[in-house]
Amino acid sequence: MKRDIITNEFVVKFANVNGTGSASANKLFSRSVFRMGVPISPKNIFPSNIQGLPTWYEVRINEKGFLARRGGIDVMIGMNPQSMQRDIAEVEKGGYFIYDSTKPLDPGWLRDDIDFIGLPLTEKCREMYEDPRQRQLFRNIMYVGALVALFGMEIDVVKQLISDQFKGKEQLVAPNVKALETGFGLAQDSYPCPFAFRIARRNNVGNRILMDGNEACGLGAVYGGGSVCAWYPITPSTSVIDNFSRYCRKFRIDSETGAKNFAVVQAEDELAAIGMVIGASWNGARAFTATSGPGLSLMQEFLGLAYFAEIPTVLIDVQRAGPSTGMPTRTQQSDIITAAYASHGDTKHICLYPSTPRECFEFTATAFDLAERFQTPVLVMSDLDLGMNDNMSDPFEWDDARTYDRGKVFNRDDLENMQERFGRYLDIDGDGVPYRTYPGTHPTKGSFFTRGTSKDEYAIYTEAGEKYIGNMERLLRKWDTASEYVPKPTHCTTDKPCTVGVIYYGTSEAATREALYHLNNLHGISLDCLGIKAFPFTREVQDFIDSHEYVFVVEQNRDAQMRSLLINEFDYNPDQLVPLLHFDGSPITARFIRHEIRDWILQTTTTPRRRRK
Amino acid sequence: MSYKIPGFRHPNLPKNELGYTTKDYEGAVSTLCAGCGHDSISAAIIEACFEMSIQPHRVAKLSGIGCSSKTPTYFLGNSHGFNSVHGRMPSVATGANMANRNMLYVGISGDGDTASIGMGQFVHAVRRNVNMVYICENNGVYGLTKGQDSATTDIGSKSKKGEPNALEPINLCAIALQLGATFVANSFSGDKSQLVPIIKAAIAHQGFSFINVISPCVTFNNVVSSTKSYDYIRQHMASTNSVDYVPPASEITTEYEPGTTERVTMHDGSVISLHKLDPNLDIHSRRSALEMIYEYSAQDKVLTGVLFIDPDADEIHKTMNTTTTPLRNLTEKELCPGAAALETINELHR
Repeated sequence: MKRDIITNEFVVKFANVNGTGSASANKLFSRSVFRMGVPISPKNIFPSNIQGLPTWYEVRINEKGFLARRGGIDVMIGMNPQSMQRDIAEVEKGGYFIYDSTKPLDPGWLRDDIDFIGLPLTEKCREMYEDPRQRQLFRNIMYVGALVALFGMEIDVVKQLISDQFKGKEQLVAPNVKALETGFGLAQDSYPCPFAFRIARRNNVGNRILMDGNEACGLGAVYGGGSVCAWYPITPSTSVIDNFSRYCRKFRIDSETGAKNFAVVQAEDELAAIGMVIGASWNGARAFTATSGPGLSLMQEFLGLAYFAEIPTVLIDVQRAGPSTGMPTRTQQSDIITAAYASHGDTKHICLYPSTPRECFEFTATAFDLAERFQTPVLVMSDLDLGMNDNMSDPFEWDDARTYDRGKVFNRDDLENMQERFGRYLDIDGDGVPYRTYPGTHPTKGSFFTRGTSKDEYAIYTEAGEKYIGNMERLLRKWDTASEYVPKPTHCTTDKPCTVGVIYYGTSEAATREALYHLNNLHGISLDCLGIKAFPFTREVQDFIDSHEYVFVVEQNRDAQMRSLLINEFDYNPDQLVPLLHFDGSPITARFIRHEIRDWILQTTTTPRRRRK
Repeated sequence: MSYKIPGFRHPNLPKNELGYTTKDYEGAVSTLCAGCGHDSISAAIIEACFEMSIQPHRVAKLSGIGCSSKTPTYFLGNSHGFNSVHGRMPSVATGANMANRNMLYVGISGDGDTASIGMGQFVHAVRRNVNMVYICENNGVYGLTKGQDSATTDIGSKSKKGEPNALEPINLCAIALQLGATFVANSFSGDKSQLVPIIKAAIAHQGFSFINVISPCVTFNNVVSSTKSYDYIRQHMASTNSVDYVPPASEITTEYEPGTTERVTMHDGSVISLHKLDPNLDIHSRRSALEMIYEYSAQDKVLTGVLFIDPDADEIHKTMNTTTTPLRNLTEKELCPGAAALETINELHR
């Protein structure tokens, strides 16, 4: 096959069996590319299972910095016989399929439009290692070594990463390096190296970092001053808590006494988890939980209490594919409406939609400020794609002069000097936000009864209609005030006259931005776009929609939930907002968005992913 | 019943060590039915807190939903109260306790809350040994929804409008014992002389103190056919011990025959003096307590008194080794690692 050399712009996918230690080998590969200054975007595609089922790791390598899933595979490392047939089928024309040639390939699976490279990995491992576990683990490192040869990468970068990785366990460095070099040699013996896809050093990473969103949220909760964490294990949010705990152990344990400046409680279920968060927040601590769709469903009743009784609550929702148990290890943006209007009765909650690890970090830290400022739940709406995959991100920053916004709280002196009666729900400042007191503040002033029932300004139970309405309308005033405090949307406007806009949020950002770039370059279609970062929607969101004839709303769910939210909040004509929906559980691709918008605009189709009427 | 508490009090009301009178421990006027057992429990809490000279504002009162859960409005008006959602008081109390370990948490619950909708939360608060007083005002009936049987209704017991209950009742004291509760007592709202010292002992205990108080519902379950009526309990109540709470550094004045009194010293130096009425109960043995519960039950007797104390168990903060400063008082200084540490973290991810 005659081939062009393609450098730093392709997609590599690893097909493995889960529970075989392949994840760390695959990560070693992607980090090596990253260290060579080439932007990458790895995605874990894994089953809801611990051992034995197919799992994939897809790495997009792109020196231009496009980090969404592109769609299509150029080089497949097929290490799992279970999935091999479809793995071969998935390779794009002109690609490569690399496999373990210890067992011959089924001739019926061969294709003549791709090249096959067989490496006798298992055979070599049998020769070199006695221990079956070692055979399995080193086979993974061997294929990494082979890729280093095939892609023409710098092997020293990989060796350095191995020694970084085993800091403190130096005896493991040499055997791993040996396996790496063995794989490197096997590739050279089997195929002319390097082959047509190349990875060459660039300086396109800058000072950016590679981190998953859950670690970023966990770290954001540490920096944001979260001191009480209550949670119940659920995929894909569990590692938010793991990371919060890990960083707390590092930074929040008194070196003299060993006492902890934090509390993490693993609750008996999500109802208890959110109850503990509300109890702790009511009592003046910064508290949070992390969960996913099923947990969010269970927390509904309590979220209504926190809204109505006005108790700060921080919740990180790492969304996964629903409904019900859905696809627990696949991604979606499908809790948008559930989160925005969680609980019975008239409720609305502040939601933040991070797109990158840096936003996960910042929004989580900010969520505590917003929750305490507005005495209400704040939901950070991450998802599995962002939460569990390494994402390239701008480095995190913190201003040491930053102080926590603890909101409106009367302290002992305030109460001591107060002449009038304390009114927990009095709108003193006219912004809808009342003053609260922490329990135990003053011997005779400032106590009140917190309740989920209707109450007057002094927290006294009432069913009087006008009191109820006054309170509900004050909550709306508070909501309007909040819209001035939440993160503003990001804008990206074209310099050409443009009547069509695109709205995205969360993890649809990278794919949308890339699609717009190609629409402009390949098809001459240039569009304005806006990334929503928060609910309540800020003025800018409305202005953006108002200034375009129609607007695509890109999202990863079936029912166009953000579009519904926009229509519901702003009374838009539904025709003005065109849904563009991807919801198969995989991260949305740039290719998909580009094709849908192109076809709509060129009118080859009139209903792209449109809901049936 | 009255709708307003009269402001007048006897000018010579006795004062406690803080200079407060019982008036300072009262709450709003009760809206429960006249004669409700729950009001007697509120009165017992007021008396216990007054006599122990507890600062009212250092108490947090928490409850779920139901008649019992309304009662925190009716005592300790200078304390913050939290009427949460049905059955979920234990989690809210646990969270509140996490935020500030230096307050007294009093959770009020009913049998609907504790034995049905919130059973899971009750169970886990016990397991964690959250430092709180948990009072279940147990009337064996759903009052606010007008008279359905609850999970603690005895077999054969019949409420005012019900059929005889056919299902096995949940014995909350037995469950608390099995789950590892470190203080378990059973009492009766109509026996103030027993209930007040039990509440004091529960407050003095560091850890989860569970008090099941049988508290008759005068409107729906105070009938002859009910095993949770005033008459039935008065006729079938047996006490395993009488309880004296002796504050720290006070002289023990009550004298009983040698060998009949057991003294348990609590963490704060107070002493719980238990005058044994049944010599078979070993107050430090869960097994003994469970055996006694079932033995008395077999004789159609309701066993009351302090059933079990483990004064040395670690409450949750001790187990978790949290700082002695309330977590809610920590500031940026203790909580935020700062910009330099963040740059190191960035570097580790390059």
